[in-house]
Amino acid sequence: MTDLCEGGMDDLWSIAVVLLQVWFSVMIGFIMIPAMFGLSLGVTSVYIQILVKILEWATLRIERGHRERSTLPVPAPLPFGLIQREGGSMEQEMGELRRYRTQSISRGEFALSDSFYFYIKGLESIVDDQVTQRFSSEELVSWNLLTRTNHNFHYISLRLTVIWGLGVIIRYCVLFPLRITLAIIGLTWLVIGTTLVGFLPNKRLKNWLSELVHLMCYRICARGLSATIQYHNKENKPQKGGICVANHTSPIDIVILANDGCYAMVGQSHGGLMGVIQRSMVRSCPHVWFERSEMRDRNAVTSRLRAHVAAKTNLPILIFPEGTCINNTSVMMFKKGSFEIGGTIYPVAIKYDPRFGDAFWNSAKYNMVNYLLRMMTSWAIVVNVWYLPPMTRREGEDAAQFANRVKSAIAHQGGLLDMAWDGSLKRAKVKEEFKEQQQKMYSSMVMGKKGRNSQEPHTESTRRQ
Amino acid sequence: MGSRASTLLREEEIEEIKKETGFSHSQITRLYSRFTSLDKGENGTLSREDFQRIPELAINPLGDRIINAFFPEGEDQVNFRGFMRTLAHFRPIEDNEKNKDPTASEPLNSRSNKLLFAFRLYDLDRDDKISRDELLQVLRMMVGVNISDEQLGSIADRTIQEADQNGDNSISFNEFIKKVCL
Repeated sequence: MTDLCEGGMDDLWSIAVVLLQVWFSVMIGFIMIPAMFGLSLGVTSVYIQILVKILEWATLRIERGHRERSTLPVPAPLPFGLIQREGGSMEQEMGELRRYRTQSISRGEFALSDSFYFYIKGLESIVDDQVTQRFSSEELVSWNLLTRTNHNFHYISLRLTVIWGLGVIIRYCVLFPLRITLAIIGLTWLVIGTTLVGFLPNKRLKNWLSELVHLMCYRICARGLSATIQYHNKENKPQKGGICVANHTSPIDIVILANDGCYAMVGQSHGGLMGVIQRSMVRSCPHVWFERSEMRDRNAVTSRLRAHVAAKTNLPILIFPEGTCINNTSVMMFKKGSFEIGGTIYPVAIKYDPRFGDAFWNSAKYNMVNYLLRMMTSWAIVVNVWYLPPMTRREGEDAAQFANRVKSAIAHQGGLLDMAWDGSLKRAKVKEEFKEQQQKMYSSMVMGKKGRNSQEPHTESTRRQ
Repeated sequence: MGSRASTLLREEEIEEIKKETGFSHSQITRLYSRFTSLDKGENGTLSREDFQRIPELAINPLGDRIINAFFPEGEDQVNFRGFMRTLAHFRPIEDNEKNKDPTASEPLNSRSNKLLFAFRLYDLDRDDKISRDELLQVLRMMVGVNISDEQLGSIADRTIQEADQNGDNSISFNEFIKKVCL
């Protein structure tokens, strides 16, 4: 009896080994090697096309199901928010409120209805405000068959549920192990490769090899996320000695950008696994890692970056001036620190397609590991990258104005909303001076002064940080 | 998460809120997701800090008054029903309200209820009169430090003079209505 069992066990074991071998050769042959050399077998694009067709069918099916269920109209997508707002300035709207009386704004003085303006604005912001929604995932127009984006969608039909079930199986049992393996291989190769290259003395060979190693590893990692990246305007790609700025949605932005070129990373030095990766990367080409204590000293940071940029042979620095992850529907205030370094700025706009997976990292809700797992169990990552023409600071323009100019260019190209609010509002409180600005504006109306700039306070770009 | 929101609000509750406030089904579910996204503590109620976290509200000179309007006397938390009840005042008035029941009480968003709400934002002690002090308080919140006490005082006096009709040196609800609309 035991002989039979052992024989059976041996068979199972050899089958498992064979399967594993097949698995690895498929991976290496079909995925890794083409990835390393930047070629594509076209499997991913076919996959994306099939997905698009399925999602379109699902959308129609859901809409039909909605119509059949109730006679109420299908809730329409809301591009500009939940409520209809008056768009006027403070003066215009208060004038409207006062029109019941025959007192105009230009004569100054107070009217009891003036407070209504503030109440209306306040209530509008309670129901729907422009800022807090940027710190949570974008709401989809129609469900994309992922449980995590299931907002208000009820059971519609058996076929839809079956497709959803199939999707779950494919994503978790087929795609997920594949992606994890690729990611591990990619990162391991990064550490080993950069350490090996670090031993070389020769400058030119070392740089060339280092770039090659970095590119290969990032390409493998991108495959590990099933990322389809479309680069536009490659003639504007960031050059050596420049600074590349982009809007920030997730840590994956780095992988996306580094798939097409080599950058010097800027960031805090971490411990643990991240620290190992950081230290080995530095061996092959100069990145800029700061200690936590150094980060607080603005001058030290700026001078180190300046030194890096000044050496014209160094790779372009990659900086995300928003300072935090935003949900890819808007671009928030750029911190002016990066724009004080000097040198040429190469703006880049990154826009993810939300149908295939939500790339936004909500760091308040999910930690990094959780986030990466969610990334690897999405359908895919489809992203458009636009390289914008380089910009430099104009005469008489200060760093904050320059930052705003770059921000508008990026927002315009990526189809994102250009906002003047600070991304750090995710965690910090808003500054008192904005309230004081509104009070000042109202006071000047009450005192009857004319000729004031009637723009709303937080769209003025001359504000100091 | 999205799916949690729609499952936590039961159909019966939605119906009750619909009757009480007049919001439609989809409006109620939308506002419920808004409520849960503001509720950082995830305990089904909002505190004053949750409101303060909205930047546009935090910079509103009268923001604190508005926030207070949501909280019943002496309480620090507001649940979804209370939230909806306050918001119901601001629903646009429709010409053909479905529940045109003459015996039913006046809907929350009727014109006079809206004006009463605005009146109560001035009249904090609920004595049905806006006194000089109460008016000064609101004025001071709106203008900040940019106008002196004497000037503000004279503005308040002038306003009361113009509105006051029965000579009690304060503004009653009827006088208020006459002043803000023809």
